[in-house]
Amino acid sequence: MTRIPAILLIVVLVILAPFFVYPVLLMTILVFVLFASSFNLLLGYAGLLCFGHAMFFGTSAYITGQFLKVTGSTLEFGLLAGVLVAAAMGLAVGVIAVRRSGIQFAMITFAIAQFVYFFLLQAEFTGGEDGMQQIPRSALFGVIDVSDHRAFYFVVLGATVLALALIYRIIHSPYGEILRAIRDNEERVESLGFRPERFKLVAMTLSAGIAGLAGGLKATVFQFATLTDVSWTVSGEVIFMTLLGGLGTLAGPAVGAGIVIFMNDELAQFGEWSLIAQGIILLLVILFFRRGVVGEIIAVLHKRRAGRSEGLTKGD
Amino acid sequence: MIDTQSGSKSDFAVETRGLGKSFGGFDAVRDVNLKVRRGSVHALIGPNGAGKTTCFNLLTKTLIPTTGRILLHGKDISSLRTSDVAQLGLVRSFQISATFLHLTCLENVRVALQAKNGGGYRFWRSLRAISGLNARAMELLERVGLADVADVRATELSYGKKRALEIATTLALDPSVMLLDEPTAGMGHEDIEPVTELIREAAVGRTVLIVEHNLSVVSSLCERITVLNHGEVLNEGSYAEVSSNADVVSAYMGGGEDD
Ligand SMILES: Nc1ncnc2c1ncn2[C@@H]1O[C@H](COP(=O)(O)OP(=O)(O)OP(=O)(O)O)[C@@H](O)[C@H]1O
Ligand SMILES: [Mg+2]
Repeated sequence: MTRIPAILLIVVLVILAPFFVYPVLLMTILVFVLFASSFNLLLGYAGLLCFGHAMFFGTSAYITGQFLKVTGSTLEFGLLAGVLVAAAMGLAVGVIAVRRSGIQFAMITFAIAQFVYFFLLQAEFTGGEDGMQQIPRSALFGVIDVSDHRAFYFVVLGATVLALALIYRIIHSPYGEILRAIRDNEERVESLGFRPERFKLVAMTLSAGIAGLAGGLKATVFQFATLTDVSWTVSGEVIFMTLLGGLGTLAGPAVGAGIVIFMNDELAQFGEWSLIAQGIILLLVILFFRRGVVGEIIAVLHKRRAGRSEGLTKGD
Repeated sequence: MIDTQSGSKSDFAVETRGLGKSFGGFDAVRDVNLKVRRGSVHALIGPNGAGKTTCFNLLTKTLIPTTGRILLHGKDISSLRTSDVAQLGLVRSFQISATFLHLTCLENVRVALQAKNGGGYRFWRSLRAISGLNARAMELLERVGLADVADVRATELSYGKKRALEIATTLALDPSVMLLDEPTAGMGHEDIEPVTELIREAAVGRTVLIVEHNLSVVSSLCERITVLNHGEVLNEGSYAEVSSNADVVSAYMGGGEDD
């Protein structure tokens, strides 16, 4: 019942936001909402801790940038190129890593991500330490001019909403049901006649592709791509966002990404202190709010509802 | 998809020949020649550490045998993988209850129904695509007495109900051979009786191989019993035969785990 007004409120806020807040900040938040959600698809729903998720994000940023620079094509093809390369990369990494689980999977993905980082550092087209500059933000479909930040905000918003809808669909699909079963008990799923590693491979591909979309959008928002985008700090940051917001909930990573980006922006003037603040917050979350912001809210709501129905039966 | 009842060349649903498994030089299972008659309920018993679970793991190919062969309805399955063995109709339950804790009871059973219907990869479809399986899932839940908690997550069920859910999930595959690893372990008195009945009903028209420590459950369910000790077959026969065998009695008295 309370859901519809809440959704309406969010819709209104999201549409009005760029008229009150700097659109580039908002777009950054959206990009990381998308990125964190793709990460959550793996960790929260397939139980795979990818410790190198930035490789999909950052590589796609470079690919999208390079594609737009070289071909001068319209925006959507640049993004598509980034998504496809990232998804293919996810598939390849999956083939190597997916048979391992837990910490081994994390370490393998981390190692591959480091390798990708050094490859991109050496590669000529990336501009190495200097990064890739002046990525054109060409017109969407060749007709919609997005050079204005506020106009582009709505494009990024649309892409984010579509991708989140896709994630929602994946989770609530026949496939998603089996993925969640694998997270709970992989051995049992196998004993029922499935090949769990194939399901994880699909999850890796989808997640990497969506992370790639986030990376491509990031490159076109800022019109540059740098090594930071593929670095382990970004891989770590996305883990932080997801845990802070709430693992395995749809809204969790979005809320986490929003909080972290906003906080980074506010604390930027204090330099190192923003890192220390992040560390303290992470510590507090791990110690006291295991379920993350959204997870804790859901738990409180559940408890209250359970308490109410208990009260009813007692009253009978 | 795969006709689980065919291949009637053999009288035995499951047969092993010289089956063995060693873990770094330690023989957990050695030269086991098991013959489980089609349509029977067969028990595998023995002291702790005798190798019963390891046998199950070999039969389902969760572990790769060091020696020997495994036949399912006369067909050699030694080189198949776990998921293929399941598709051929050999499905197991686990010693430690194995439900999908964060899925509802209905979803738990539906996962197995998806396996049977060859589904699984349609990430772009909504759950409506498999709502046709719900009626069958409810039927199975009804059968094990869980229809009223169909929408409850497995994590909230009592231990006995979790085991019942596991049986419903296993039955969803309509397996020709069911392996049950200590289905009543850790249960209170009040749960053992209904689960035993459930197994008896579920066994109709199938072959069941069951590992069980509760001997009254074994004697009431099983026609034939194989006793394992230190990884080897110690004795085999009816309950009366096995329970009067001096070696079996001393293996149980002496305890299999002290060396
Ligand atoms: N993966 C493994 N690696 C090494 N040793 C193992 C492994 N699995 C089982 N074993 C050993 O093999 C022996 C047989 O174990 P198994 O689990 O098959 O016994 P069991 O008959 O099922 O006992 P229980 O009644 O306690 O369940 C034990 O000594 C056990 O320690
Ligand atoms: Mg055992």
